Amino acid sequence: MAQYALMVWGPSEYGKFGSYATAEENAAQLAATGVFTAKLREEGSLVFVNGLAEASASTVVDGRGPTPIFTDGPYMESKEYIAGFWIVEATDLDAALRLAAGGSRACRRKVEVRPMAGE
Amino acid sequence: MVGATPPAEPEPEHPPAPEQEPAPEHPPEPEQPPAPPPLPEDAEIARVFRQEYGRAVAVLTRILGDIGLAEDAVQDAFTAAVQRWPAAGTPPSPAGWIITTARNRAIDRLRREAGREDRHAQAALLQAAGAGAAAATPEELLLDELSGEGTVDDDRLRLMFTCCHPALATNAQVALTLRLLGGLTTAEIARAFLVPEATMAQRLVRAKAKIRDARIPYRVPQGAELPGRLQPVLAVVYLIFNEGYSPSSGAGPVRGDLCREAIRLGRLLAALMPDEPEVQGLLALMLLIESRRAARLDPARRDGDGGVVLLADQDRRLWDRGLIAEGQELVRRCLRRNRPGPYQLQAAINAVHSDAPAAAATDWRQILRLYDQLLDAAPGPVAALNRAVALAEVEGPERALHLIEGLGLEGYHLLHAVRADFLVRLGRPEEAAAAYRTALELAGSAAERAFLESRLRGLKAWDQEA
Repeated sequence: MAQYALMVWGPSEYGKFGSYATAEENAAQLAATGVFTAKLREEGSLVFVNGLAEASASTVVDGRGPTPIFTDGPYMESKEYIAGFWIVEATDLDAALRLAAGGSRACRRKVEVRPMAGE
Repeated sequence: MVGATPPAEPEPEHPPAPEQEPAPEHPPEPEQPPAPPPLPEDAEIARVFRQEYGRAVAVLTRILGDIGLAEDAVQDAFTAAVQRWPAAGTPPSPAGWIITTARNRAIDRLRREAGREDRHAQAALLQAAGAGAAAATPEELLLDELSGEGTVDDDRLRLMFTCCHPALATNAQVALTLRLLGGLTTAEIARAFLVPEATMAQRLVRAKAKIRDARIPYRVPQGAELPGRLQPVLAVVYLIFNEGYSPSSGAGPVRGDLCREAIRLGRLLAALMPDEPEVQGLLALMLLIESRRAARLDPARRDGDGGVVLLADQDRRLWDRGLIAEGQELVRRCLRRNRPGPYQLQAAINAVHSDAPAAAATDWRQILRLYDQLLDAAPGPVAALNRAVALAEVEGPERALHLIEGLGLEGYHLLHAVRADFLVRLGRPEEAAAAYRTALELAGSAAERAFLESRLRGLKAWDQEA
């Protein structure tokens, strides 16, 4: 088994309905994502899950010098940012991709699958 | 992700790869009858290398669970063969010898590097697997080969699906397939695709690292997963074929080899997946296109940048009847199965061309029907362009000219070449000349430009006569 991060990409700014356009869309994705996450937990493949606040809530910290420097984030300018992620256990990439496809369908976003740095 | 639609062959206008001498290290196709003359030992090893490298790497990948280790072990085994075979003679089953030796070398290597416990454990595990397929003796492997089924063939199929996994970029899929299954060197692949060797080496290293780090599985997809996963495998083989047949730019000595390599991979796939009609269709398509190679080259210009002879003007006596018969038989079997797909339909179109004793006898109505089916199965502008060519043959170029305007292929030189051809036939030479000049600006290879220049010259001569 290996661990993979399933990272959900979303817009840079959130509105009234989180990162979704309408209340209905947000409610539907929340319900579907909840069902999907519950299934991951039940199968034993869920390691961790959470959503992130919008990118403008970020602060970048550089602690490499004598005094840490704090600046308004995010670190990189981008049109889309990671909006949330699952960490899952899977036997191989195909299994992780199958999980990611289910997650993407549930949350209505593109999902990036990246393996955790190996043993 | 590889496009779902394989490019249709724009047959009548498509220039071939310039004439190429077969590279000396290329082995003859196993199916080709005339036996090669006895080779000196080192050439024999080179032949075995080219023929068996993919099989050996595939088996060792299963045993070792790592492509890099498998390649190192197989390389070690061939080094041992170079030292041993000239004196001791080629063993009765060269592939079996290579695989067994590679396995033993891998054990040695793991022991040598066994600073860590897990390496020790892995070496012990390999040795303990004595009776399993992992430790097959040359005789067992030979039996495996003779029976035509068994783990060795499965291993190659598995490796093919790993190399063509959709998580890898298309150019990485192509490079891995040629390197691991085709046994081409990194330098050869770099030459074939006109990139610096260091770039190709880097591409291969990255792709192999991704296979390892992301754990791309070594497995033939089953059931509902298979059709989607087969698509990039077929696309990679056809891409290799097309690159050899119609280089996207320039020309190199390895190009003709790419066609042969693609057909070799196509034969392997067809043998390993006899129940997949599109696999059979792809092989038929490549064989039928390849059958016209000799006739596509202008005999007066064979030494130059490759004059192109249109299908209509080809000397059909130069067509390879053996390849045509094989391709047509595959097409007939596909028709009986009645599960059409884009590769089968393109093969069928080529089979109709191959049936005509002369260009004038071509059954264009049948070809048009097949293009209609192709556009249903795999809509795409290039297929639509080819359909227009068939339509022009059936009912004249007027409507066909109108149809090709809205295809969105303005950046594709063949659109302008086809347009020029239609305009010539409609008696509009100035517009035709302008279209040929546009095509010339967009054409990538010397052969294509040479062809278009000759058409433009012919047009001017015709204009002056008129």
